[in-house]
Amino acid sequence: MSRDSLGRLLLSALLALVLTVLPLPAWADLVRPQFLVLAVLYWSVNAPRTGGVAFGFFAGLMLDIFQGPVLGEHALALSLAAYIFVREHQRIRSKPLFQQALIVFAALVAYEVVLFAIDGWTGHPVTSPLRWIHTVTGALIWPLAAAILAYGAGRRA
Amino acid sequence: VAAFGTGASRPLQRGGSGFRFTVYAALSVVCMYFDQRGNYLEQVRYVLQGAAYPIQLAVSSPPAAWRWLKESFQTREALRAENTRLRNAERDLELRAMRYEALAHENGELRGLQGALPPVADRWLAAEIVTVQVSGLRQRLLLNRGQTNGVFKGQAVLDDKGLIGQTVHVGPWSAEVILITDPEHAVPVRIERTGLRTIAVGAGDTASLALPYLPGNADIKSGDLLVTSGLGGVFPEGYPVARVTSVNRDAITPLAQVKAAPLAHLDTDSEVMLVWFRADHPAAPATPVATGKADALGELKSGDPAMQPQAARHVPPPAPAASGAAEAAPNAPAGSTQPVPQGTPNGAGPAAPKPEAAPGQQS
Repeated sequence: MSRDSLGRLLLSALLALVLTVLPLPAWADLVRPQFLVLAVLYWSVNAPRTGGVAFGFFAGLMLDIFQGPVLGEHALALSLAAYIFVREHQRIRSKPLFQQALIVFAALVAYEVVLFAIDGWTGHPVTSPLRWIHTVTGALIWPLAAAILAYGAGRRA
Repeated sequence: VAAFGTGASRPLQRGGSGFRFTVYAALSVVCMYFDQRGNYLEQVRYVLQGAAYPIQLAVSSPPAAWRWLKESFQTREALRAENTRLRNAERDLELRAMRYEALAHENGELRGLQGALPPVADRWLAAEIVTVQVSGLRQRLLLNRGQTNGVFKGQAVLDDKGLIGQTVHVGPWSAEVILITDPEHAVPVRIERTGLRTIAVGAGDTASLALPYLPGNADIKSGDLLVTSGLGGVFPEGYPVARVTSVNRDAITPLAQVKAAPLAHLDTDSEVMLVWFRADHPAAPATPVATGKADALGELKSGDPAMQPQAARHVPPPAPAASGAAEAAPNAPAGSTQPVPQGTPNGAGPAAPKPEAAPGQQS
């Protein structure tokens, strides 16, 4: 079971990464949710043993390569978000999707706060409020993303 | 699916994940520290960028396939029309190049060199754009050329109209380019009409650059051409960058608000040029850049004073012996005692960018 869910997890991470780096027009790029972060959160809640902090760390490292000014920035933020979700996975899993979306919103804000702080400390400050848009769109798309991931997981199992 | 097994072992999981988080958080902090201080992680970056390249290629493959399809189903008429257009353009360029030779020669004589200097651009490499990242926060390109093609970090990238940017991360088969319009990028420029130097900062959209450091009384107007000033150590002198679009002098603010539009087609290009420059050329970047060529490095290590003798030594082969002595009468005495006076006017010419090199490095 573990191997199977690991494969599924990697496949979903790869798809999320592709969605993250897919070139889009500027307006769509601004509202694009962080799909890989959503995938990490989903697997942290639903497969906390396979997913979780290590998965978050390596996914974040990939994000750093694609869009980070400093190696390790997204890795730290994403392993923090994954840690919170692994810790509270039973409580979060038992909530309806709507409430889950609110928790995801909080996690995305925490994730972005970490990025914001590190951006500032490393001398690449991006103070535009536009950078926070993805936290809202990410929370909005969470029910759909969770449903798709659950569907994929259910069909294969 | 994942329900069994996780519920029972929650306490264990909890302690385990906390420990793991501490380890990974420490690891990422160490990563950041070493990446920020002195590029210790270039190797890691290099490997990861190589690993990321297939994904980037896959993402860019649908548009690439579409372009290829469109190209291969082009009609004969379209191809012929394009052929005619290109032939006309080539003739036009050849005519202009003829004049260029004469001008370059004349310029060389005015500078006290016997013939024209060779062009500053030494080698070119065309690269295709794999992916584009253009938002208000980041403006980057990914090119399909990397270290295996000799691309190095901090290399200038141009298109046929002007400056595009420079490479920031180089992987084995790919290189990331920061555009001149990225909010984090600044390029030292010179106003071509007046020679006034300033810095053009990216404004976060592909259509504009800002010149935030000009005083309100600076001699600049809409339509002025901005060229690279050769300071800062990356771009050589004299390449077109942008054209000033608006100058706003507000009595309240001490600085003029100047906007310029980049000349390169930053948002429509699909191919760009990576350029290697002659390190010993007077128009080369003021600060030595590691070019990867052993001989160039050797020349650079000898410092700025080495520039002039080498530039002079470079010149004699292309220069015909008759040109210097016969054409310019005041030049004739200088021509007879070649080494010494040749050195001084020559030194005066390329030495001009040198004092500015220090402020350029600071900015």
